[in-house]
Amino acid sequence: MHNLNEKREIKYSEALSEALAQAMEKDPGVFVFGVGVDDPKGIFGTTLLASKRFGQARVFDTPLSENALTGIAVGAALEGMRPVMVHARDDFFLLAMDQIINHAAKWRFMFGGQHSVPMVIRGIIGQGWGQAAQHSQSLQAFFMHAPGLKVIMPSNAYNAKGLLMAAIEDPNPVICIEHRKLFDLKSFVPSKPYSLPLGRAQCVRPGADVTIVAVSQMVEEALKAAQQLNQRNIQADVLDLQTIKPFDREAILGSLKKTGRLVIADTGWLTCGLSAEIAAFACEQAFSHLKAPVKRVALPDFPTPCAKTLETAYYPTSQSIVDAVVDLFGKVKETKPLDGSNIAVIDAEFKGPF
Amino acid sequence: MFLPRFKQSFPPPKRTGLTCSHLVKLYREMLRIRKVEDKIVELYPRQEMKCPTHLSIGQEAVAVGVSAALKQKDHAYSGHRCHAHYLAKGGAVAGLFAELYGKSSGCARGFGGSMHLVALEVGLVGSSAIVGGTIPIAAGSALAFKMRKLPYVAVAYFGDAGVEQGVFYESYLFAALKSLPVVYICENNGYATQSPLANRQPPGPIINRVKRLGGHVAAVDGNNVLCVYLAAKKAIAYARQGRGPAFLECRTYRWLEHVGTNFDYHLGYRTKNELEQWMKYCPVAVYKNWLLKNKLTDETALKNMEAEIGQEINDALAAAKSGPPADPAVMAASLYA
Ligand SMILES: Cc1ncc(C[n+]2csc(CCOP(=O)(O)OP(=O)(O)O)c2C)c(N)n1
Ligand SMILES: [Mg+2]
Repeated sequence: MHNLNEKREIKYSEALSEALAQAMEKDPGVFVFGVGVDDPKGIFGTTLLASKRFGQARVFDTPLSENALTGIAVGAALEGMRPVMVHARDDFFLLAMDQIINHAAKWRFMFGGQHSVPMVIRGIIGQGWGQAAQHSQSLQAFFMHAPGLKVIMPSNAYNAKGLLMAAIEDPNPVICIEHRKLFDLKSFVPSKPYSLPLGRAQCVRPGADVTIVAVSQMVEEALKAAQQLNQRNIQADVLDLQTIKPFDREAILGSLKKTGRLVIADTGWLTCGLSAEIAAFACEQAFSHLKAPVKRVALPDFPTPCAKTLETAYYPTSQSIVDAVVDLFGKVKETKPLDGSNIAVIDAEFKGPF
Repeated sequence: MFLPRFKQSFPPPKRTGLTCSHLVKLYREMLRIRKVEDKIVELYPRQEMKCPTHLSIGQEAVAVGVSAALKQKDHAYSGHRCHAHYLAKGGAVAGLFAELYGKSSGCARGFGGSMHLVALEVGLVGSSAIVGGTIPIAAGSALAFKMRKLPYVAVAYFGDAGVEQGVFYESYLFAALKSLPVVYICENNGYATQSPLANRQPPGPIINRVKRLGGHVAAVDGNNVLCVYLAAKKAIAYARQGRGPAFLECRTYRWLEHVGTNFDYHLGYRTKNELEQWMKYCPVAVYKNWLLKNKLTDETALKNMEAEIGQEINDALAAAKSGPPADPAVMAASLYA
């Protein structure tokens, strides 16, 4: 499918931008709207290309009326358009929960499957620089909980483009949860339009000792953790879920058959979170393969605090994943001492974000 | 272009009902806010204040005029751009700086940051970073005042985008239904982030829409502290008398970028010329000139005042910086009462 000689690397934000523009090119029914989508900053650059190419008619700013605009997207979708709504922060989804959960998610089922609601809502998780309780939430569990929605969480530029294009093509409401810390991360991205199948996980590092199921920014942390674990002679099988609703049961099962151990790394809260659902699935479907209890790395059950000292205590890192894995093995596999030399430097903080 | 077209002239000093020292105090309050914000502009680039910061430079007259018409026991709420509201209500400078530095002596103990200022001791109940978030909450305070027969009003400050939220209309109509003592202060600075008003709302003044909902509705030159004070006094009296909600649209302008400490006309969503016209119509400077012209103060007194404020700010900064950082150990105890 892809030109293998193409080596182009672009940023996660550029990949999202390209996906929007190419989806709009392919389908004249696609339009993009939300607070600030056509302003000079263009949602951290992700709507600039579409805005420049298609103009006001198809990329437009809105009032701060999130619930109404979500309902308006539902109506437009019912008429055959393909709206893409954008929130600069995940947190603003919460103003629109009535239209998302009571309407978009149920409209098809409630009428016996006669309708489809092809729409996408993008939201971005903020992290760091004291964004605090209302500008940093990871709300995927809320959307996973409600039947009728699909939920994607791209973790790199390649799947950002492919998943967003697939989401726009999908005939159902899809929630796309992005992570601000990933926006400058570069990877190989084909320039041609492509979509990745929804509902498929990707093994991003093969290993036989422990399965690390991760999403979004935690995939990065899981990969760093895997490098460290390698020093202890523990080989981690890192699965990037990519789509969290529906999530890829076969991939998790396949990996667990191989490893028998599971650590789940999520960007959201612990209680009733994505990690709880994956853990429940493993207990129900893979109990006979498990050699140890399931471990979860997730946010503690607090709102996000502001101060740097508090943030540092609040957010799990690759080290939290390493600790969880090491815990699973006890001392058995600890052949090499941990020297920390492989820990990547914590990403440079971005400043004064909005 | 969003220009300072709606300029009201200062009333004669006597018509304000304020004494000379009161009139001078209004200037002091504005200057204090300006100097605090200037200090943040100076220090923020050092990257020690680790939180997104929305400055109020250019909008000082609104917070000061409104607060002058409030009693300390009246309750106020703010949003993401809350520094001026906090300071004008009587919040301590040290508590603000310490919050920005993530210290446990911060007004929110380092848990909130710039967008979540609070000063319960002077009636600032809290600030939400969700646009429109405190609009119903202020109505709830007003409901409690009414049910408990307390003579207070609740005030919520928000920007021009606040009235785009459905919850504004729902709250306002409920307040009208129950005649709640709530006062809404809409700071119309022409923009929400980089979006001009015309991209977000149909033409015509905001107050024309709100007028149809009932209550006391007025617009005022938000860069004229005395006009804001007099208009707020009327609005607050109306609400306090139990006649229903009041809405005051204050037309003003944000000088700096939406979030952060730089100018941003280079982005192209507004022009340098527009900014310059508003800077010429600086709420602090025009009031200073008026005070001097009316001989209510003199240059020496103002020099001393500036020195005092400078001292207060330096002391507050020193105290804020020397305090211990917020302590993760208290997170658990902060979750449930
Ligand atoms: C519900 C919601 N949507 C979007 C945002 C992102 N946001 C923060 S401030 C802001 C602009 C608000 O404009 P306005 O109310 O006019 O206040 P100003 O910043 O001009 O003081 C936006 C869009 C938010 N905080 N809350
Ligand atoms: Mg505004």
